[in-house]
Amino acid sequence: MSKNYRIKALFSDFDEAFGALSDIRHSKIPGISIDDVKLASPIEHPEIEEVLGDRTVHIPKLTLAGATFGVVFGFLFLASAQASFLVQPQGGKPVIPLPSNFVLVYEMLIFFGVWTTFFSFLFLSGLFRKRSNLYSEKVSLDQIGVIIEVNEQQRDPLKDLFKKHQSLEIREEEIR
Amino acid sequence: MIEKDIDEQIKWAKINADVLRSMENPRRAYWITFFICIAMMACAVTAEIYQYNTGMGVTNLNNPHMWDMYIASFVFWIGMSHSGTLLSAILHIIHADWRKPIYRFAEAMTTFSLMTAGFFPMIHLGRVWNLYWVLPYVSDRGAWPNFRSPLVWDAFAISTYLSASMLFLFIGMIPDLAICRDNARGWRRKLYTVLSLGWIGSDRQWRNFRKTYLLMACFLIPLAVSVHSIVSSDFAMSIMPGWHVTSFPPYFVAGALYSGCAAIITLFVMLRYYFRFEEYMTVAIMEKTAKLTFAIAMVWTYLNLIEFASTWYGHDIYAKELLIAKAVGPYSWIFWTMLFCGMVVPFALAVEKFRRHMPTMFVVSLLLNLSMYFERWMIVAPTLSMSHDPHQWDIMWPSIVQWAIVFGSFGWFGLLFLVFVKVFPSVSMYEVKEMVFHRRRLINEDAAKVYSRRARDRKDATGEPELEGA
Repeated sequence: MSKNYRIKALFSDFDEAFGALSDIRHSKIPGISIDDVKLASPIEHPEIEEVLGDRTVHIPKLTLAGATFGVVFGFLFLASAQASFLVQPQGGKPVIPLPSNFVLVYEMLIFFGVWTTFFSFLFLSGLFRKRSNLYSEKVSLDQIGVIIEVNEQQRDPLKDLFKKHQSLEIREEEIR
Repeated sequence: MIEKDIDEQIKWAKINADVLRSMENPRRAYWITFFICIAMMACAVTAEIYQYNTGMGVTNLNNPHMWDMYIASFVFWIGMSHSGTLLSAILHIIHADWRKPIYRFAEAMTTFSLMTAGFFPMIHLGRVWNLYWVLPYVSDRGAWPNFRSPLVWDAFAISTYLSASMLFLFIGMIPDLAICRDNARGWRRKLYTVLSLGWIGSDRQWRNFRKTYLLMACFLIPLAVSVHSIVSSDFAMSIMPGWHVTSFPPYFVAGALYSGCAAIITLFVMLRYYFRFEEYMTVAIMEKTAKLTFAIAMVWTYLNLIEFASTWYGHDIYAKELLIAKAVGPYSWIFWTMLFCGMVVPFALAVEKFRRHMPTMFVVSLLLNLSMYFERWMIVAPTLSMSHDPHQWDIMWPSIVQWAIVFGSFGWFGLLFLVFVKVFPSVSMYEVKEMVFHRRRLINEDAAKVYSRRARDRKDATGEPELEGA
């Protein structure tokens, strides 16, 4: 049974990492797809992320759902609160006071929209996970990491490819 | 020659080192300010204990002056909170990258201003032990919040703004907290490990981060505008002379932005000195902040004049009489100081020599905020002194208890802020790295274009490329 490895190469700048990713994208190593590649960097870099292909972010859809919930909640909360006056001694207040409704629904839209965005970010970004043994503190400093999972046959060609693009360091770990 | 916002040749490792060092080793002035803030807070705590035990009479608050200085301070602190998050969000959306070295502390300022503002309604309640009565739940008291009152809208708007601002600040800090985690020892390492949420800087995290940050910014801009509009409704939706003004919402928003920008300048100068941030909080960035403040000052001036003109040419004799009383009555020295500091002093920001001189900017920013505090006083107190019924006319000056509590609120704010900048990075490391990265690349591209153009043109082939302004 062949072994699988997770390999991480560190590069001194985005150009070198970009070169390595381009070679992987153009199938220089059979069996390795660009979809398997992960990039780690100290800053966000939309241009280099483009070479990784289209990777959808689902947060806006959830934000929309959260904001919509906020609108409904705001309206119902206020209407039900106002309606409670009907069962209290001091009644005679409108169940749906439009100006107040507008203001509070607006605030609730933003409140729930913001919190949904936050929780979506937490759960969709792969946070709260134990850091892999390959994690390098240099990535938070000034180096760019390219991480990929390969089998035994692909391991050496991939390392050669990384070395060709002047990787500063290559780390690997065996995975099940 | 255009001055650079930041030296783009600065190394990423140096950015990390400088910011992390600032959290360990501030100048002595930091600690002096810290202890001054504690002393100020002690004054407020003593005054509040006295007020709590004795009753609200010790504040000089009585009919018709039921809320004067406390509510003026509340509005002031809410206003102060505006610029941080609002400007950060706006400048983020329009890709003004000079915000990057200064937005973190401005956002923190927002959060702590809101936390300070939140105290004033509680302090002003008097019987603060009955605070839970404001909560909307059915009880035998039959008390129920009036949802048609702007004061209840305030509670919703401010709590939404506080939570959204805190999230915006926190999300923006996560990559930096990971840097801190990787470099810290002891309790700091544990703290940063928890707060960085396992951030590793993967492309998936960055993509989600970028989208989240943008969405939050989009939410925060209308939210910030709505918060101060609603605060203005506390006054504008009444029929009191001087308060029932249509232009109050934009006037309040402009005033809030104005005081917030002035506070950013004050804190800019202080942090630059305390933490030796001369390379990040540069004179060029100060100039841009000052120009922005000047523009907002002119908007505020315009809205002020509009308010005066509409009252003067209007048919509300009570409001007109109040306007005259503001100018010549017992509060006139506050009125004229407000106008001088708010309308004339900002012209110092139009002078390049002043903009580039940090001590001058520090003094000017304090004067601008003094004007903004007086503005809030002039909104609240004269109207209560001279409302429709002459039988109720009365002048009120705050007692030492009110003064001490308001004075202490500045200490509380300062203390929170100083602890924050000591424990968390006050300059965004990853964004400054982005800033220098993109600017460096821009220069290289410009240089490449110049070289390639000259290689094609034999006449200029021997000349050196000009990179000025790059």
